[in-house]
Amino acid sequence: MKYLLETKEITKKFGDYIALNKVSIRVPEKSIYGLLGPNGAGKTTLIRVINQITLPDSGSVVFDGKPLELNDVHYIGYLPEERGLYKSMKVGEQALYLAQLKGLSRSDARKRLKYWFDKFEIGDWWGKKVQELSKGMAQKVQFIVTVLHQPKLLIFDEPFSGFDPINANLIKDEILELRDKGATVIFSTHRMESVEELCEHITLIDKSNKILDGNLQDIKRTFKTNTFEVGISTTDKLSLQQELASKFEISNANFKTLEDDLKLNIRINDGDTSKDLISFLSNKANINHFVEVIPSASEIFIRAVKKNENKK
Amino acid sequence: MDKLKLIIAREYLNKVKNKTFIIMTFLGPLLMVGMIVLVSFITKTSMEKKRVVSYIDHSELFVAEDFENTKSLDFINISNLDLETAKNTIKDSEQYGLLYIPKGETIEEVASNIAFYSSESPSVVFTEKLERRFNKKLSNLKMIELNIDTQQVDASRIQSELQLTNFEGEESSKFINSIKLGIGSIAGYMIMLFILVYGAMVMRSVIEEKTSRIIEIIVSSVKPFQLMLGKVIGTAGAGMTQFIAWSVLIGLFYAFVLPLMGINTGSQVSPEQMEMMKEVAKGSKIELIIQELRQLPLLTIIISFFLFFMGGFLLYSSLYAAIGAAVDNETDTQQFMMPIMMPLMLGMYIGFAVVINDPHGTIATVFSMIPFTSPIVMMMRIPMGAPLWQIIVSLVILFITFIGMIWMAAKIYRVGILMYGKKPSYKELWKWLKY
Repeated sequence: MKYLLETKEITKKFGDYIALNKVSIRVPEKSIYGLLGPNGAGKTTLIRVINQITLPDSGSVVFDGKPLELNDVHYIGYLPEERGLYKSMKVGEQALYLAQLKGLSRSDARKRLKYWFDKFEIGDWWGKKVQELSKGMAQKVQFIVTVLHQPKLLIFDEPFSGFDPINANLIKDEILELRDKGATVIFSTHRMESVEELCEHITLIDKSNKILDGNLQDIKRTFKTNTFEVGISTTDKLSLQQELASKFEISNANFKTLEDDLKLNIRINDGDTSKDLISFLSNKANINHFVEVIPSASEIFIRAVKKNENKK
Repeated sequence: MDKLKLIIAREYLNKVKNKTFIIMTFLGPLLMVGMIVLVSFITKTSMEKKRVVSYIDHSELFVAEDFENTKSLDFINISNLDLETAKNTIKDSEQYGLLYIPKGETIEEVASNIAFYSSESPSVVFTEKLERRFNKKLSNLKMIELNIDTQQVDASRIQSELQLTNFEGEESSKFINSIKLGIGSIAGYMIMLFILVYGAMVMRSVIEEKTSRIIEIIVSSVKPFQLMLGKVIGTAGAGMTQFIAWSVLIGLFYAFVLPLMGINTGSQVSPEQMEMMKEVAKGSKIELIIQELRQLPLLTIIISFFLFFMGGFLLYSSLYAAIGAAVDNETDTQQFMMPIMMPLMLGMYIGFAVVINDPHGTIATVFSMIPFTSPIVMMMRIPMGAPLWQIIVSLVILFITFIGMIWMAAKIYRVGILMYGKKPSYKELWKWLKY
């Protein structure tokens, strides 16, 4: 697999406080990479190191096969969490200025802006001042400015905050389209459902350390507990439940069914397979519902962070 | 480099296109000229105010001609009244006061007993005028008493005047020295004013970028140092533009508008001052003054004004930028403003207190070398003929300090722009330098 971006043992201290402790990540090309972690974990510092806003104390960043250099900012698009625009500057003028700072020529920037403004149907905002726009409108302009120079690497920090569901969807589709066109996306968020939906790879940072990374599917596989969610119908629920409890680790499950089923999470014993559980159950009752419990990104997040806490 | 240009252009245009800037560019000279007109008008009316003074002369030394009325003073003889009655009468009248010259055995006795009664204490100018009048008259009388020929005394009066010449044999006049002082003071004052006004502008612009949260977007494209430098240079350009616009507009005003309105701006000079100036001018010969005006190192003054203006502004505005980056809003800047204001005030104070008396003395020389005061103090010294090597040394120190300062400011700036919600102390700023 080719990696567009690699950070190697990045360490950054602010005085006595260690913001990043030897953090290494590898972002595969043309993928969406989730950068996750609790507040204050060091995500933003890592993103700032990648953007060369903050210089690391030690460690290095490799971009597109070469050590990261100053001009690489032209190939990176960054939408920070704390974002805004010059309030008293006109939208068009401001977008042109920001695009030129990313290395586009004025005429090129104008052409591309026209395309995006038409695409988002915001052409008539060109001459308006930013202070006349709503927050969501300003966010759209910011999104355009971030992607305008067709960067190889896009970094979005909480891109959906401030958007209503319709526009959040619009932005999500744009991100997917950009990925399909060949861009690599680093995506930092607390919204686990969008991680689930978008990210192929994730890294989890907690307390300045990387505690987990890899392909999301692989991670789920390692985090799964061989637990199955079952709904069974029988005449004597209580005795069945008691019998199951003596053989397996069970807990109550909660899902919707048509019948008045016994709903349980059943963890099979080591060495057993789902087949063993099914054959055991089918002798006792009707199986109406049988699904493997796959840990959600959110569960993985919480479990990994808790585990990291206990370690200390 | 291209990005620096972009930033400078944005900062410059953003300031120059600002409505307040445009209004102030045109209104500023109007206000200044308006102030001059107002001051001259007020001086004129107060000069023209006529005062009426009654007098009682019991000395029999004075004659009516000695109480001749002048433009601003009228005398009324009430010598027929006694002092008490006169006091009561004058007290309730509109008159300025009552002059009482008692009877005396000798001229000296009269001279030391002349009294002036008034409800408010009279102005110094007024009492001096009266005293001069009596001194002249009584001295003459005394000379007659002593049998001295007054004509001979008049003939014996000698006015001496120092002919100022430097060792190279160039003559100079006292009059030109006031002009030099004027040029120096205006230049120094202008530098201070622009540092205060435009430095604060740099600071506000940094704070604006922080509060609008655009800063992180910008610094992901350019280095914070470039942004800061571009901001400082762009703002300096806007300041220069306004300064040049003001100079041109005021020039036009003086040349065309004021004569049309029939206002003589020279009128704030009182007749006496005018007399004095004429005397000085006469004494030192007009040709000499013109020659000296020509010899004024105008080119040096203009070039060094430009350099000291830029150097001083860049030095101070990098400090302003660092302060702007350290805080979240303008109200938090107070604690950091004092260290900026102090050296500027000190420079101005040194300029007016020391440079005027001793332009090339130790204190003036030292403060014209210290970079935080040198733009002001040196600009006041240059028209007086500061040695070229000192100007160059001062400029070198100034620009070296600027480089050091902007390096330090950039470190604070780099950390500060991404810090929110903290009101940093000096200790914290010190720590930021080491991040």
